[in-house]
Amino acid sequence: MANSFTRMISGRNTAALLASLGAGTLATGFLLSENSSLAAEAKKMLYPPSSDYPDLRKHNNCMAAALTPAIYARLRDKVTPNNWTLDQSIQTGVDNPGHPFIKTVGCVAGDEESYEVFAELFDPIIKDRHNGYDPRTMIHPTDLEASKITNGVFDEKYVLSSRVRTGRSIRGLSLPPACSRAERREVERVVVTALAGLKEDLAGHYYSLGDMTDKQQQQLIDDHFLFDKPVSPLLTCAFMGRDWPDARGIWHNNEKTFLIWVNEEDHTRVISMEKGGNMKRVFERFCRGLKQVEHLIQERGWEFMWNEHLGYILTCPSNLGTGLRAGVHVRLPKLSQDQRFSKILDHLRLQKRGTGGVDTAATGDTFDISNNDRLGKSEVELVQMLVDGVNYLIECEKKLEKGQDIKVPAPVAQFRK
Amino acid sequence: MGGEPRAYKRRRSRGAERRAAGLSCHRTVTRLGRNIGIFVSTPGSCSNPQIRRQQGAAMPFGNTHNQLKMKFTSEQEYPDLTKHNNHMAKILTPEMYERLRSKQTPSGFTLDDVIQTGIDNPGHPFIMTVGCVAGDEETYEVFKELLDPVIEDRHGGYKPSDKHKTDLNPDNLKGGDDLDSDYVLSSRVRTGRSVRGFCLPPHCSRGERRAVETLSIEALASLSGDLNGKYYALKNMTDAEQQQLIDDHFLFDKPVSPLLLASGMGRDWPDARGIWHNDTKTFLVWVNEEDHLRVISMQKGGNMKEVFNRFCTGLTKIEGLFKDSGHEFMWNEHLGYVLTCPSNLGTGLRAGVHVKLPNMSKHAKFEDVLKRLKLQKRGTGGVDTAAVGGVFDISNADRLGFSEVELVQGVVDGVRLLVEMEKKLEKGQSIDDLIPEQK
Repeated sequence: MANSFTRMISGRNTAALLASLGAGTLATGFLLSENSSLAAEAKKMLYPPSSDYPDLRKHNNCMAAALTPAIYARLRDKVTPNNWTLDQSIQTGVDNPGHPFIKTVGCVAGDEESYEVFAELFDPIIKDRHNGYDPRTMIHPTDLEASKITNGVFDEKYVLSSRVRTGRSIRGLSLPPACSRAERREVERVVVTALAGLKEDLAGHYYSLGDMTDKQQQQLIDDHFLFDKPVSPLLTCAFMGRDWPDARGIWHNNEKTFLIWVNEEDHTRVISMEKGGNMKRVFERFCRGLKQVEHLIQERGWEFMWNEHLGYILTCPSNLGTGLRAGVHVRLPKLSQDQRFSKILDHLRLQKRGTGGVDTAATGDTFDISNNDRLGKSEVELVQMLVDGVNYLIECEKKLEKGQDIKVPAPVAQFRK
Repeated sequence: MGGEPRAYKRRRSRGAERRAAGLSCHRTVTRLGRNIGIFVSTPGSCSNPQIRRQQGAAMPFGNTHNQLKMKFTSEQEYPDLTKHNNHMAKILTPEMYERLRSKQTPSGFTLDDVIQTGIDNPGHPFIMTVGCVAGDEETYEVFKELLDPVIEDRHGGYKPSDKHKTDLNPDNLKGGDDLDSDYVLSSRVRTGRSVRGFCLPPHCSRGERRAVETLSIEALASLSGDLNGKYYALKNMTDAEQQQLIDDHFLFDKPVSPLLLASGMGRDWPDARGIWHNDTKTFLVWVNEEDHLRVISMQKGGNMKEVFNRFCTGLTKIEGLFKDSGHEFMWNEHLGYVLTCPSNLGTGLRAGVHVKLPNMSKHAKFEDVLKRLKLQKRGTGGVDTAAVGGVFDISNADRLGFSEVELVQGVVDGVRLLVEMEKKLEKGQSIDDLIPEQK
């Protein structure tokens, strides 16, 4: 049989094929090793960025809107210090074209440095998603002083429960799309060790997803605490489901008001919640718990990923800044029927979801109402906006009950130029 | 997992490192661990940072990370396979993992890439999946310490020193044009082929996948006569074309099986995927689904000889056309045709029929007879489906260590016998004297 190597280097058709893909000058002879797949350096030359550029014509997400062939060409061959690449960042956006009405982000960070190495792509996405926030020039305020909140106790005739969540990443370890098993286990170890140091009303227990008993699992389901292996292709295509359920788990305090998810979509998701309308207390516990956990990891030489432009660094660009979603389950039977409802929410910088969380429909007249924004305003500012907004919604509901008319409030000021 | 803190070197926090270097937090990038190089950009130069020369592979999928994992011990990285039941989990040991984890193929495919699907899919107590995939031809060589025993386990004791025979001469098939069409509703032969020099579906870049598609379209466009046909790219087809392909049972869809998705085969869907078929709808090629090419010959009725004829003729022609353009299929004398899944090595051939066996399938010895004939049964929806109305998909169980002709001969002879048994049972007669010896 004729030597395939000779055939390959002499095959003008190969050159023609690759030229048709946009390859430049070829020195295929020395680049190809006999009978084998192309070595990496060779591949880079034979497959120029134009041959790898994704087909985004049917796509509607922030990544597809921001990416251009020129940006891709400049960034394709770069790697972060953890060897994470652009292709890996955007894979989820390529695989999930999106929806005409819902604009997903379409890319993830593999590590803290992704936001810097691929800034040329991430910066416009951040601007798009966060109302014009410019990471190059703007500073993000961090403020976890819960005492500043005013009017933070809602009328419990309307507000059934209150909740604040955010995420935190451990600096020096790769994020869920990129982490190896050892890194993920290290995140678990660091976090669980720190949480074991919480005391009093924050003292609690960790349940590893892989090791929990059936009884423990059922209890966590009944408490609405259990998270399951992601099924959303937005997450699985971003490599976040690998090695499930290794090093994943749930920690919560004995009173079941402070809850931490380990290694789900972020290193940690921190949740403070309780029934009723005392958002101030929920936020107070949130801030106190967060600060204590941060202190406990710092004692051992670790810290959270944070910088003054992007605030707290999380896997998804949509969660940068505060990563904070403060929300209530609230009954608004009359207001939700009013056709001005959406506009009112929009002006108050609030969003509605069903009571199952994101992508669920509302059951009956009870809505999950939370803040829209994450970056560019501090935690205190966002929670105060939520508090003021929900109080306004309740006022509207009361007015409608009495047959009075309501007003659409003026839009809250933004920083978009 | 959340118990004792493991021994881990205390390191200075990243922020502290940055501040020590005198650089502002936002723009400095330092890294811990092995010294591949420090990446630093000074403020204001973000638009033009240095491009670090990469070690190992550039694209696209998880492999460049491999050397950085070396800073963790093998034990810290070893997957938890205690609840797993697949070939990979049976064979892999911590010692083997330690020996293999620093390796990668020339295109950068690593051990973790090979086994990820087996880690993410623990398997089923009754069904033994393979649990590993190849990202390129060299995977079978670089990771032979793992894959040879997996192959031996899966393919009935096939040894690393064994040689595989390829025989695609349809004249060597005896009979096969005589299966009773009252019972055998349709006949089908499928296999896969990989184009040498390109990475396989778990690992290929978009550029490589498109190159495979381009080569395939060119080759298939040259087929003529009863093999004259048309290519339908998945991303370009019209609704009418799509509906027709669904009605013909030709259309393949984005994989939903986690076995495939966990190995990276669904990336960039539907880019560079497509279906080609001839005008008479008896010869069909899938491009870039689970393998570079899946080649299928099929028709209604029991004339397996004709199906196999067309199969061999078409395959040989396609191979010739690829060679004309300077490409060949991945093949070697030990593993035969090289495909993505180790279960499809050798011939990659599944020859099967849809056959009515309502009585036979209820017989106590049905499974035993199938085993003796080296056949397997599936539902008429294909793998992992149930039989409907007593109609079964009966095909060869083996892939490697037997030639194409031998395997199809086994199906032809086996199905003929099963139909004979069915007819006897219909008449209320015994089939005991027909039970075959173990092949």
